[in-house]
Amino acid sequence: MKKFINDVSTVETEMLDGMCLAYPQYVKRLPGLDVIVRAEKKEGKVAVISGGGSGHEPAHAGFVGKGMLDAAVPGAVYTSPTPDQILEAIQAADAGKGVLMVVKNYTGDVMNFEMAAEMADGIEVAEVITNDDVAVEDSLYTTGRRGVAGTIFVHKIAGAKAEAGADLAAVKDVAQKVIDNVRTMGVALKPSTIPAAGKPGFELGEDEMELGIGIHGEPGTSTEKLQPADAIVDHLLDKILNDNVDYAGSEVAVMVNGSGATPVMELYILNKRVNDVLTEKGIKVARTYIGNYMTSIDMAGASITLLKLDDEMKELLDAPADTIGLTQV
Amino acid sequence: MAANKEHVLQFIQIFDKKIEENHQYLTDLDQAIGDGDHGINMDRGMKAVMEKLPAQQDKGIDAILKAVGMTLVSTVGGASGPLYGTAFMRAGMAVKGKDELSAEDISAMLQAAIDGIIARGKATVGEKTMLDAIIPAKEVYDAAIAEGKSIAEALAAAEDKAWERVEYTKTIIATKGRASYLGERSIGHQDPGATSMTYLIQSMKEVAQA
Repeated sequence: MKKFINDVSTVETEMLDGMCLAYPQYVKRLPGLDVIVRAEKKEGKVAVISGGGSGHEPAHAGFVGKGMLDAAVPGAVYTSPTPDQILEAIQAADAGKGVLMVVKNYTGDVMNFEMAAEMADGIEVAEVITNDDVAVEDSLYTTGRRGVAGTIFVHKIAGAKAEAGADLAAVKDVAQKVIDNVRTMGVALKPSTIPAAGKPGFELGEDEMELGIGIHGEPGTSTEKLQPADAIVDHLLDKILNDNVDYAGSEVAVMVNGSGATPVMELYILNKRVNDVLTEKGIKVARTYIGNYMTSIDMAGASITLLKLDDEMKELLDAPADTIGLTQV
Repeated sequence: MAANKEHVLQFIQIFDKKIEENHQYLTDLDQAIGDGDHGINMDRGMKAVMEKLPAQQDKGIDAILKAVGMTLVSTVGGASGPLYGTAFMRAGMAVKGKDELSAEDISAMLQAAIDGIIARGKATVGEKTMLDAIIPAKEVYDAAIAEGKSIAEALAAAEDKAWERVEYTKTIIATKGRASYLGERSIGHQDPGATSMTYLIQSMKEVAQA
């Protein structure tokens, strides 16, 4: 393991300190806690909070700020934050209009956020669970699909709705609308290494790729021979377009998200093919986001996300946002 | 022979030791089908429990177990924190106000822990989770007690059953938790949660046999 770390047990806390020192205009850390809130709390609006394990930077703390999140709760690397910690975020973020929790569908995240909501006496708390990953078959009898990079669109759109003064029910509704219309599929070229584990999460040969990965370094749904970028895009898009969102003739927002160790150069190469395929299919690309939004520490890989837009979502996507990880003017 | 508070404290210490000694093994199991941190997270939680335990020693069994559960919930994170935390808290509530635990009390604690895990995790037996170890183990414990066996003998039988069921988790597809994302690829791998749960039952047995 080769990493810029001092001690595996202080990775999370040193990262948060470094981030807050870099961006005091955006965020601050609640004293003694692993909770990141806006530098200046905005009163009189619905608060939107999110969180999850660390290792996904800039998610989620990097999206705390005007037009997006009010607080983020980073847990240990790849590990959900704890209920007491989430409760602190709920209490700190609440500005009297209620709190929407945006939770990715991972067993631990869902349990810890639900426990926190049960403990939040006197504060109205609503929850949406993102589950945009098409690699996993959805079923009532299983844990269901993972929430992955599509979660960023929920932060952006629900955040803009809250910033505009909507009530908790309306903010939750638009968040759910995004969830219902966003799908993602990911691929890894190299696994990630959790600092405390010291070795990669799975094995992958030099000529292999892992399809259907999540964002926690867990193995994907299959290991395949590495193919040229265009063929990989075709495969990912095929899974997304044949899922249960009807993209035909619609306008979409595209996100080509890097997993942490993949150069932006390669993300642009992927995006070229994404654009070509969508254009050919009569799907109009209205907005494109390229970069590292939802990473998996040092994993080399990428995910493609398509959000089917309507006028409301388009408008909220274009509303101003000013955060470490995403700026919209 | 009934169990008392000393036994409960010893059980917690032994469980901590087993998690510490096996944390790499648990993490390795989790790397195969999960996100590779089960041992790391459980070890962090049990270390926090051991730090808080001295301040709890004068309290009753129920309060001690509740404190263990709360500590695990607030330090482990992931799914294991709420699941183990809920299990300890519910076990404590099942023996509220008791200074001595009969064979039946231990059964009630195990059942309360199982019910808590089911309620929190929305899982059932056969889904490649910790429930695959603790539910059959508790049934074997009850049967042994009904046959007139001692607590130590019943827990020994329960532990044997739990290990057998840990082996069984290799043969089934995960439908709950992170391993469920692997689908059929989860077959052949042992469930880390069922394994750590078996260390818990083993810890109970060792206290009873000492």
